[in-house]
Amino acid sequence: MTISGVALLALCTLLGQALGDLLGGGLGVKANVGGVGIAMILLIAARVWLKDRGLWTAGVNQGVMLWASLYIPIIIAMAAQQDVAAAISGGPMVLFAGIGVVCMCFAMVALIGRIAGRGDTMDEIEARERLESATKQADAA
Amino acid sequence: MIGAGLERLDHVLSANSLLVAFAVVGMVMWLSNTLSSRLTGGRIHGSAIAIIIGLALAYWGGITTGGHKGLSDVPVLSGIGLMGGAMLRDFAIVATACEVDVERAKRAGLIGTIALVLGTVLPFLFGAGVAWAFGYRDAVTISTIGAGAVTYIVGPVTGVALGAAPVIVTLSIAIGVVKAVLVMIVTPLVARFIGLDNPRTAMVFGGMIGTVSGVTAGLAATDRRLVPYGALTATFHTGLGCLMAPSILYFGVLAVTGG
Repeated sequence: MTISGVALLALCTLLGQALGDLLGGGLGVKANVGGVGIAMILLIAARVWLKDRGLWTAGVNQGVMLWASLYIPIIIAMAAQQDVAAAISGGPMVLFAGIGVVCMCFAMVALIGRIAGRGDTMDEIEARERLESATKQADAA
Repeated sequence: MIGAGLERLDHVLSANSLLVAFAVVGMVMWLSNTLSSRLTGGRIHGSAIAIIIGLALAYWGGITTGGHKGLSDVPVLSGIGLMGGAMLRDFAIVATACEVDVERAKRAGLIGTIALVLGTVLPFLFGAGVAWAFGYRDAVTISTIGAGAVTYIVGPVTGVALGAAPVIVTLSIAIGVVKAVLVMIVTPLVARFIGLDNPRTAMVFGGMIGTVSGVTAGLAATDRRLVPYGALTATFHTGLGCLMAPSILYFGVLAVTGG
């Protein structure tokens, strides 16, 4: 059933938010600490658990994937409600600080990436996975 | 006659605001994908164009209504607020976790955590330095502006916690919004130069940049498959910022300024 996937996703998200709030409260912070991240970890764990027991059905998968596929439209709606007018009219200090901090962050990403060494790109990973499944099929045949 | 018809249409649109949002966003995406393939030969991602159109519409909405929620302040388009609000955004981000490769995420865990800490401390110091350069000398104001450079949520949380002036809190939010907006636009353009094509760098990117809206939209416009990895670290960023900015980082500033 598709709804069971949606329900599983909702449960993970709600539980993650609740734990994130508790964590924030425990740390004395007026914010949710990692609620979405915790929810993602819960969903990954739930998927592994259900798959091992053969309970991750096509319907469950469809329910989760429905929302994953709506992700980009939702992000566009999010972009459409940013306070862009305020950001632009904020004056020179706002623009200077905003632009400077973004340049610095991008430079740091490049630097940390260099130090850590090159990881496999998504294209390489997918190519290898395709090759592996093809070899497996060939072995089976 | 026409007036009554318009009124009825207005009523239908207002009563079904979420459906209006689906239709509008769908049209924006269709237009963006067409522009992407016709004008740029697919070099600029359709979603990158759609996000820029979204931001432009948000600017127009802010100018015409004088509100703070972009396009969703236009009454018939209020559904945009629900569709792109925190609830559905988080719901959809969590759903993308199903595409995460667990082993790969674990291997990038340490470097992602380092990026997370640096992504809080360095922007704060940069923002604080800018505040100093613009003539601010009290620790509360400098810390609030520094926190705004972390994200637009850390800024006001810090400002309110420390008792900063409302105008400073507004400035800190504006800095965070500029950061988020710039990240959305610039990420797909510089992705190649900063090596942003693999899950590990995506996790570093999420931790370093932090702002969830900027990270997820920037990655969506670069390569949809990288989104869950960036989101995984980015969602801890705001919490860490809210934890560090009004405490350790503020005390650090206080020790330097002495008041």
